[in-house]
Amino acid sequence: MNTPELSCEEVIERLFEFLDRELDDVSQEEIDRHLKRCYDCFSRAEFERRLRERIAATGSQKAPERLKKRIRELTE
Amino acid sequence: MTPVESKQPGQASAANESQRVFREHVELLMDRLYGTALRLTRNPDEAEDVVGEAVASAWQRLDQLNDLSHLDGWLFRILHNTFISLRRRRYCREDKEVSFDQEMEDDDTRFSLFEHLHQPFLLWVGRPEKEFINRLLEADLRKAVDHLPDPFRIVVVMVEIQGYTYEEVAAILDLPLGTVRSRLNRARSLLQKSLWQQGRDAGLIGTNTGFRVGDRR
Ligand SMILES: [Zn+2]
Repeated sequence: MNTPELSCEEVIERLFEFLDRELDDVSQEEIDRHLKRCYDCFSRAEFERRLRERIAATGSQKAPERLKKRIRELTE
Repeated sequence: MTPVESKQPGQASAANESQRVFREHVELLMDRLYGTALRLTRNPDEAEDVVGEAVASAWQRLDQLNDLSHLDGWLFRILHNTFISLRRRRYCREDKEVSFDQEMEDDDTRFSLFEHLHQPFLLWVGRPEKEFINRLLEADLRKAVDHLPDPFRIVVVMVEIQGYTYEEVAAILDLPLGTVRSRLNRARSLLQKSLWQQGRDAGLIGTNTGFRVGDRR
């Protein structure tokens, strides 16, 4: 079963949706295959992944003691 | 204050077990709950309120959670809902946001850091785009997220920090899927643009858009 190969433009166009796992299995697989043989797109995907990891890390911040205390009292 | 009034001994121990697991998880998730609330609200006091209110509401509804293995996702969901309803109470319903969606200019949805940094002919000095990300400070990233206008910041937090699907975001925010997609696109573009500008100000990028190999302290 052969599907036509994706162009780099098509991959870049859908890269975020790919990284967000929002595409159907077939498209997900097609892009995956492209990234295995195209170094340019692979670098770009790695870049976006890494950036995203760093953004995700901003979602964890040391909670103040006052808040921890409030929560402990609440769930006693 | 106990969430579950139990009538039979078996129920009592199950409820106690849920409460024990709940306390344990909340303790472990504390920094993530607070961090997420802080990114959403941009305000430490408000963030504490959101977490406090969300945990209180989850605690009271603990008996509604059938499967304790879903506890973490359930808690974050309540956190987001708490934030959304606090925000709706505080500002009247989002008339401002309509213009946000309409004013989207092409340029705003297409800024790519990678395209600005990537220089295939510079392979011998390493990978500028990789270096750039490594040199950004956590404060730079926080600032870039916090600078996004509300409607865009919220979708970024939900998708990139929380890992929600577009559909989940649409449901929580009560928005059409297409709006979630376009806000996310624009949010990412704005975020990357602001990191680019910050990188430039911090001297991570030379003036002719070339990467500068310099130390950052
Ligand atoms: Zn390619």
